[in-house]
Amino acid sequence: MTAPAPVSAAPAAAADLRGGRRYTDRAFRAAMLAAAGIVLLVLVGTAVFLVTSAWPALRHYGFLTFLGSDRWAPSDATAGSTHPNPYGIVQFMYGTGLTSLIGMVIALPVAVAVALFITEVAPAWLRRPLSSTVDLLAAIPSVVYGFWGIFALIPALHPVVNFLTSTLGKVPGIGLAFAGPFFGVSYFTAGVVLAIMVLPIMTAICREVFATTPADEKEAALALGSTRWEMLRMAVLPRSRSGITGAAILGLGRALGETIAVTMVIGNSVLAITTSIFGQGATMASVIANEFTEATEPFHLQSLFVVGLWLLIIALVVNVAGKLVVRRTRADIA
Amino acid sequence: MTAPLTPRAPQAPRLDGGDAGLTRRHARDRAMTVLLATVMAITLAVLAWVLVYVAAQGLKYLGPAFFTQTPPGNPAQVGGGYANGIIGSLIIVGIATVISVPVGIAAAIAIIEYPGRLGAATSFVTDVLVGVPSIVTGAFVYALWVTRFGYSGLAGSIALAIIMLPLVIRGTAEMLRLVPVALREASSALGVTRARTIVSVVLPAARAGITTGVMLAVARAMGETAPLLLTTLGNSLFIQANPTQRMSTLSLQIFGDAITGFQSAQARAWAGALTLILIVLILYIAARLTGRRLTLTRS
Repeated sequence: MTAPAPVSAAPAAAADLRGGRRYTDRAFRAAMLAAAGIVLLVLVGTAVFLVTSAWPALRHYGFLTFLGSDRWAPSDATAGSTHPNPYGIVQFMYGTGLTSLIGMVIALPVAVAVALFITEVAPAWLRRPLSSTVDLLAAIPSVVYGFWGIFALIPALHPVVNFLTSTLGKVPGIGLAFAGPFFGVSYFTAGVVLAIMVLPIMTAICREVFATTPADEKEAALALGSTRWEMLRMAVLPRSRSGITGAAILGLGRALGETIAVTMVIGNSVLAITTSIFGQGATMASVIANEFTEATEPFHLQSLFVVGLWLLIIALVVNVAGKLVVRRTRADIA
Repeated sequence: MTAPLTPRAPQAPRLDGGDAGLTRRHARDRAMTVLLATVMAITLAVLAWVLVYVAAQGLKYLGPAFFTQTPPGNPAQVGGGYANGIIGSLIIVGIATVISVPVGIAAAIAIIEYPGRLGAATSFVTDVLVGVPSIVTGAFVYALWVTRFGYSGLAGSIALAIIMLPLVIRGTAEMLRLVPVALREASSALGVTRARTIVSVVLPAARAGITTGVMLAVARAMGETAPLLLTTLGNSLFIQANPTQRMSTLSLQIFGDAITGFQSAQARAWAGALTLILIVLILYIAARLTGRRLTLTRS
């Protein structure tokens, strides 16, 4: 593996030994740095290959025309015509954003509550097992979540959604976002699955952040007569605000790129933005997974690379932002 | 609730009609405690729901034949198994591990043991790579490899290796950071070279932690589906042990069969899902147990 040629232990001329040792030492260092270089190359390569693969479509239709439409209709594409661009991707960005947002809205309060419970309420002996158990949610593969989502979650969601469509859905204005009909697969279903999938990482970050609250501040709050909840609200939570924000952003970053589970429960409707969260749609990741191996129309595959390129850009921006926010709280675990 | 920091609830004096404010504060405290406990319980219940549901569905079909047979040519047919997918997963993830572990450990050594501009850049890029969606990595490997050599198990291994790489680096770097400087200095003082010190002193001291990181990365790779869809494509008909050819994996077979309308195919997919969860959980728990012995042994 990484082991260099062993240094000879046999008695040799001192000068030779020194020379040989210095040589292996330098070679080892070069090998390690080369490995580091490979890591850099992987990221550069990802960007370069995505751009070059997307390039024909970008050049044919123009860079910004992909953002000018929410209609993805590969069958309309011909080798010659450049206008209108049949590969609008706004609906995928909308789908990615909406599903991730739903996931966040559900997961963030749960993550904060679970992390508070584990670090501050649960008896000490229970903290480790609880943490590990919540982490197990991250071990379950995406494809299993999707499969479970179709057969177990969707039937369970039906009554909830029916209730929401018949109440919120009737409200003028916002009713549009909660309108039926609900066929099971939807943005909302994908959002719920995403919430479960990003919960462990968000909980883990919140836990780390809460654990950094100085004990004397908590004790001071208690000594002044606060109840435990008041102590949490006034000593722990305010200090953790940027950490919680970081957890939310990193969870968002995870949700944006999630592919298979979302593909299985979102309905894969690519032709327009569906206004209701109970409607069917697609995300940037799901359309790639769904159409990539069957992309035969002109510029179809290249346009999927355009989607991939945008997904990469968005995911990187979100992840680096989350990283910076979390790092500011010095709870650098994510 | 017997947490160490639980405040003693003072007895509210009842003489003057009761300290309503205090009572209300304690009521709110209790309500919030109950709320936090409830959310915790719901979270655990969701985990149990997923595990129990998959186990119940999977056990209906799981049997010896599942591990020894390939799926029937017609997905509507009952019977058959995922032998080809299981073999494919093991080979593809095996190759990915062989690629990513040495490179990952070496890169972590570069970050920690040879600090400098390259190390800092690598550290940052590692963090960035964790955030690259796996489907994008799949598209990258498609453009890099599949367009030249076609769909193959090897292409899948490359994609999985890229996904594992930052996990291995991070796990290793964290452990290397924990190795006491005194160990390195002691080794240097004996006239041992930097390289020899790292290989014979630092790495052995960090071994348990590195193993944990690698196992978690393998567990992650085992469950990946999206990038494989773009690289190995799948081969649901026969056992293919040659990684230069299209291969199936457990995850691809589950995905393919789950979205067919055939109950027979779904029955196989549930058994596959249970198998996959078991493999991943075993890796996960093994990693935890190894991680628990993290106390660095002074050699």
